[in-house]
Amino acid sequence: MPLQPIKFYQAGSFAVGNRLLDPEERTVQARTERSNTLTSGHRACQGCGEALGARYTLDAAMRATGGRLIAANATGCLEVFSTPYPESSWQLPWIHSLFANAPSVATGIAAALRAKGKTDIRVVGQGGDGGTMDIGFAALSGMFERNDDVLYVCYDNEAYMNTGVQRSSATPPAARTATTGAVGPEPGNVFGQGKNAPLIAMAHEIPYVATATVAELRDLEYKIERAMEFHGARYVHVFVPCPLGWGSASRDTIRMARLAKETGLFPVFEAEHGEVVGVSKIRRRVPVEDYLRPQRRYAHLFRDPPRTDVIERIQAGADRNIRRFGLLEDEDAAEDGLMRVLAETDRGPQ
Amino acid sequence: MRSQIEGSRAVAEAVARCRPEVVSAYPISPQTHIVEALSNMVRTGELAPCEYLLVESEFAAMSAAIGASATGARAYTATASQGLLYMAEAVYNASGLGLPIVMTVANRAIGAPINIWNDHSDTMSQRDCGWIQLYAESNQEAVDLHLQAFKLAEALSVPVMVCMDGFVLTHAVEEVDVPSQEEVDAFLPPFEPRQVLDPDDPVTIGAMVGPEAFAEVKYLMHAKQMHALDLIPEIAAEFSQAFGRSSGGLVQAYRSSDADTIVVALGSVLGTVEEVVDEVREQGVKIGALGIKCFRPYPVDEIRAALGHARRVVVLEKAFAVGIGGIVSQNVRLALAGLPVEVFDVVAGLGGRAITTRSLHGLVGDVLEGRLEPGRPTFLDLDWELVGRELERMSRGRRSGPHAENILRDVGAVAAQPH
Repeated sequence: MPLQPIKFYQAGSFAVGNRLLDPEERTVQARTERSNTLTSGHRACQGCGEALGARYTLDAAMRATGGRLIAANATGCLEVFSTPYPESSWQLPWIHSLFANAPSVATGIAAALRAKGKTDIRVVGQGGDGGTMDIGFAALSGMFERNDDVLYVCYDNEAYMNTGVQRSSATPPAARTATTGAVGPEPGNVFGQGKNAPLIAMAHEIPYVATATVAELRDLEYKIERAMEFHGARYVHVFVPCPLGWGSASRDTIRMARLAKETGLFPVFEAEHGEVVGVSKIRRRVPVEDYLRPQRRYAHLFRDPPRTDVIERIQAGADRNIRRFGLLEDEDAAEDGLMRVLAETDRGPQ
Repeated sequence: MRSQIEGSRAVAEAVARCRPEVVSAYPISPQTHIVEALSNMVRTGELAPCEYLLVESEFAAMSAAIGASATGARAYTATASQGLLYMAEAVYNASGLGLPIVMTVANRAIGAPINIWNDHSDTMSQRDCGWIQLYAESNQEAVDLHLQAFKLAEALSVPVMVCMDGFVLTHAVEEVDVPSQEEVDAFLPPFEPRQVLDPDDPVTIGAMVGPEAFAEVKYLMHAKQMHALDLIPEIAAEFSQAFGRSSGGLVQAYRSSDADTIVVALGSVLGTVEEVVDEVREQGVKIGALGIKCFRPYPVDEIRAALGHARRVVVLEKAFAVGIGGIVSQNVRLALAGLPVEVFDVVAGLGGRAITTRSLHGLVGDVLEGRLEPGRPTFLDLDWELVGRELERMSRGRRSGPHAENILRDVGAVAAQPH
C-alpha cells in the first residue's frame, strides 16, 4: 500500500485537514462534485457505521468510474434502511434480489454488460457480514473463482443486526448477541469459531483484497479507487461499528472502529493476487480492554469479578494479529507476513 | 431444418437462435446435454454475443439470470429436480421482479429417495411461483415452445418455464425441425425492456415494499398471468401461421368432443394416451384425451369447456401432493365445479416408471366398469405386495427410519450393515 503521506493533528476527522490540502489530494467526500450515491433521507440508526462506510465506498467507486456504476445489494440493514418503497436513497442504478445472491446477481449484471459491449460500466456487489460470509458465501466464492469483473464490498458489523443482533460467523469471541447470550458458564460467543473472509478471499488469488475501517475514510476511499483499477473479482471488507448491536454510543462509531484497528483486533491491509502488499500500522497501540469496555456486548466481562481470563484471550488474539500482519511500526515483520498469515491457524502454526 | 436430432440438442439450437445474451447454468441430469451444447456454441462463437456463466449452483444460475435480465439482457437457464428446488428462492424472486427469464426444466423426480428419472414433481412443486409453465408433448413442441416462451415472457415481463420430460424427451433422438435463424428473427423481436439498470437513467429495483403496496404488486403478477391466458393462444396462432405447424396453446383436445370419458395429461405421455384412445375407440367406447399445455396460468374456462360434457374424467399425473392426492386433478375439479362429472385421480409414472399402453388399457377398463373410486388417488401399477408388507410391519411397531431402507431391511438385504 502506498504510504499515506498526510498526517493530521486531529485524531479523528480529516475534515479540517482537507482544507489545508491541495484540491487534488482531498477526499472524495470533500469534493463538491461528490455523487452522494447514498443520499440523505435513509432510515439508518444514528451513528450507523454501515451507512457511513457505504456512502464513502460508493462515492469513491462512482468517482473512479466516472459515474458508470451499477450496484447489487444483498438483503440486510443497508438494503432495508435505504429503500423504504416508494422512496430510495440510491442515486445509482441499484438492485436488491435476495439475501444470499448479491455476488451472483452482480455476476449476471457484469455478463449482461459484457454481452452488450458496455464495458465502461462497472459493477459493485455489497452486503453485510451475514449476507457475505454466511448465507451468501458460496455465491461469493463462485464469483471469486470465476474472477468475474465485480467489486464486492462486505460491511462487517459482526452480527445479524437487521434481524435483531444474532450471531454470525463474523461475531467475535465473547461478544453477546441475541443468540450468544451473556448467560451460562461461558457467556457470549465462543472462542475458536468464525472465519476470516479477507484471507479466504485472498486464497482465491483474485486481483485485489483489502480491509478498511470507517475510522480511516481516506484509506477506505483509496482502497476502493485502487480496487477499481483492477478488472476481475475484487473484495473489500469494511469494518463498520453498529451502535445498536454493540451497545456502544452513537457518537463513538468512529472511535470504536479506530480502537479495533489500534488494538490489533481488526488488521487493516491490502493484498494483490493473493499476496499482502501493504499493512496499515498501528499508530498508538492500546490494550483490547479500551475497545471492549465501552461496548455493552462485552459488559459481562467487566462485572464483579471481571473475566480477566477472557479479556486476556481476546488480547492474545489481538497480539497474534499484530504478529501475523506486522502491525507495529517497529516490528520488522511485514516482509514475511503473508507466509505467516497462511501458515498459521487459530490452533497455531501447522 | 429437419433432422434426426436429440431433444436436448434441438432445444439448445432453438434457444441459441433466440439469441440469449446471458446463459447461466449448473449441470444436473437430465438437463446437461442442453447446457453443454449451449456452452460449446458460445465458445465457438456460433452463439454471439452471449456470455455463458459457469456458476457454482442453481441458486447462482437463477440469480445471475436475474442480474442479467435486470440489465436488459435476454437471459436463459435450464435445470431439473433438486436443482429447481435449490434455486426456488430465486425462482420466486425472478417472477416477483417481473423479469422475463426463460428456463427449461427437464422434468425429473424429487428425492428422497434420490432418483434421476422423469416425473413432474419438480415443476409441480413450483406451480404457484409466479412463472408461466408450458409443458411439451414432443421434442418438436419443446423446440417450438422456447420460441414462444421468449416472446410471451418479454411481452408480459413474466418468466416462463418450458417443461419437457427428462430422458423421455431430452435424450430421445427423433425428427425435429429446428427453425432457421431468419425464421426465428422474424418471429421473435429483440428484447427491449422499459426499465433496466442503466447509469444514464438510474433506477432502484427490488426495494422493500410494505403492507401499503405489497398486495397490489402481487395482484399485478396475477393480472399478468390472466392476460397470458389471452396471449398464449395468440402467440401459438402466430407461430402456426409462421411455421405451418401447431404447437403450444392452452389445451389440446384429442377425439374428445363426443367423448363420455376423457383422459387428461401433461407432457410426453400424451402420445401413449392418444394411442390408447384410438384402440379403445375401436371397441366402440366414446373416449378422448385432453392435453394441458399450459398449467400456469391455469386455463380454467378452456378446461371446463373441453371436459364439461363428459361423464368421467381421468386425470393421469406424474406427481402428487402427499397427504391429499392429485395436483392436476384438484385443478381439474375446480374447472368442473358444479358439473356432474366424476374425476379420477391417477398418479402414474413416478420416478421414471414407464406408463405402458397395457397399464392404461387396464386403467380405462377399471374406470369404465366402476372399479375405481372418484376423488381418491389411484396409484397406477403400484407393487401392492411390497407396500402391504411394509404397512403390515409398521402397524406392528415403531415406524421410524427411512422408507426405502426399511424395505431393504425387511427383505434381509441391508448391505450397508455388517452382519
